Amino acid sequence: MISEVRESKQKEIQILLKQLDGLVQIKGLPIFPEPKTGNPLWADVRELDLRYQIPVKKVTRFFDELGKGKIMATKCVKCNTIYFPPQDDCPKCRVSGLEWVELPVEGELITYTIISVKPPSFSHYPDYVVGIADLGEVNVTAWVQGPKEKLKVGAKVRLEVVKREPEGYLTYSLRLL
Amino acid sequence: MTNVAVVGTGHSKFGSRTDVTLQELAWEAVKQALEEANVEQKNVKYFSVGNVGTWSAEPLPAIVVGEYCNLNPSGTMRVEAACASGSAALRDAYLAVKSGEVDIAMAVGVEQMHQSPNPTVVEMIGRAGNYFWEFENFGLTFPGYYALYATAYMSKYGMKEEDLGKVAIKAHHYGALNPYAHFQKEITMEEYLKSRPVAWPLKLLDSSPITDGAAAVVLASEEMARKLTDSPVWIEAQGVASGTANLSRRTDFTSIEAARIAAEQVYRRAGINMDSPWKQIDVADVHDCFTIAEIVAYEDLRFAKRGEGMLLAREEQTYVGGRIPVNVDGGLKAKGHPIGATGVSMAVSLTRQLLYRAPHKSMQADIKNGRALAHNVGGTGHYAYVTLFSTRRPGT
Repeated sequence: MISEVRESKQKEIQILLKQLDGLVQIKGLPIFPEPKTGNPLWADVRELDLRYQIPVKKVTRFFDELGKGKIMATKCVKCNTIYFPPQDDCPKCRVSGLEWVELPVEGELITYTIISVKPPSFSHYPDYVVGIADLGEVNVTAWVQGPKEKLKVGAKVRLEVVKREPEGYLTYSLRLL
Repeated sequence: MTNVAVVGTGHSKFGSRTDVTLQELAWEAVKQALEEANVEQKNVKYFSVGNVGTWSAEPLPAIVVGEYCNLNPSGTMRVEAACASGSAALRDAYLAVKSGEVDIAMAVGVEQMHQSPNPTVVEMIGRAGNYFWEFENFGLTFPGYYALYATAYMSKYGMKEEDLGKVAIKAHHYGALNPYAHFQKEITMEEYLKSRPVAWPLKLLDSSPITDGAAAVVLASEEMARKLTDSPVWIEAQGVASGTANLSRRTDFTSIEAARIAAEQVYRRAGINMDSPWKQIDVADVHDCFTIAEIVAYEDLRFAKRGEGMLLAREEQTYVGGRIPVNVDGGLKAKGHPIGATGVSMAVSLTRQLLYRAPHKSMQADIKNGRALAHNVGGTGHYAYVTLFSTRRPGT
């Protein structure tokens, strides 16, 4: 659940804010010494929460098909270019309303990495493998799942729809075969 | 169109600069550059400010810097090209002079990353690429993006961890000599090999640090440069290119196409031999945000053949006295990488190199051709800027 992930984050922030309140009460100012250097720092009293709302209208079909277990790309009928990530406009031919095609599901891993130092918004996951696979006409970036001993450049992978936990939303990943 | 010369340089100490604000930090570099060029603020008719921001509070850094440095009311803009923002700022000021619109302009690069906690910075940089399709679901980080290149390169060419270690050791060797550097300490291969992984196969000691810093250069038209100085350093040529936002839209992870294209533009414009450009260039600063990036840069700049960049590192050919000295100021890796300042910092380092003003004699390259090359990549080859500096007036 997205709210659970958020709650645990908020708890950490609450502790820091309490300390900040204490500081202002004692000193009358939100100024504290940086632990390493002692340089006085002003702890910002204004907060900004960033959570974007990203339009997906032109590629809604992609998300509809994920629900049916399919991973789709778009194809320009004029120049035959396949677009993944999917997009509804072919800038080469300047046409819109592209055709939807299912991606091939089997491919080969071109490269990968194991992320140990994670962004805070990913800190609740165990270390994850991000890879790029060649599926023939297009490449796909996704998490790579499966036994570590099979992880190598050239490894065979299958693209599949998965539910990302704990948030519980649909996405796709590459499974080592 | 006129020739354009660097007539003044300024550089702050790089590091964790929590002793100053963003604008105070910029002033350190701006003041030095103005004094070196011996020009008044009112004569600087245009200034560009390279800054990526988001980790620092001011959303209009060009304006805040302009006011603090008394550069108002000259025109300005904040320039963003990710980690190449500094070179983009340089380009903006360079074109303003080259076009003949102004005779003196300034490029400022400034970044203060320590206004936010490190994890926030990791998040912000990781988001730089294609946010929706590659970050939102898969949480790539900046080391992660370059690790994808390192894995592919190792697999294709059999590069060893120690080859990357050699690049880190060289960076720290020169960083230890550079009074402006963030890290002023040598490292050993043992320390390198033991450092903790951040994004396999890259380790902490493969990575440039989160740094605060500023750099500035004053640029002048040929006519004005003649009045101001008897040792102008000319911008002989600049090449620029871009790459796809989505890494999945690329096919080769052993080379950065945008950097190759930008380098070819520069070599063609300056009449440099494409087969062995290193014979006509005395020193280079390349974008070593991670050790693998330096090895790939050797090849993209044609200092080595494809797959042989690692040999330059292994054979220590990029120290002073080698085939071509690279990052003898410590590079991003040890000098530090205040994102928007890096490109301008390269311009400062190389101008001083060409004038035999390296901060330490062991850092000074032998200047035979009078040419120095800067290679500044934004994102993971999303932007590329290659700039050639020369003591010889272009066209002679």
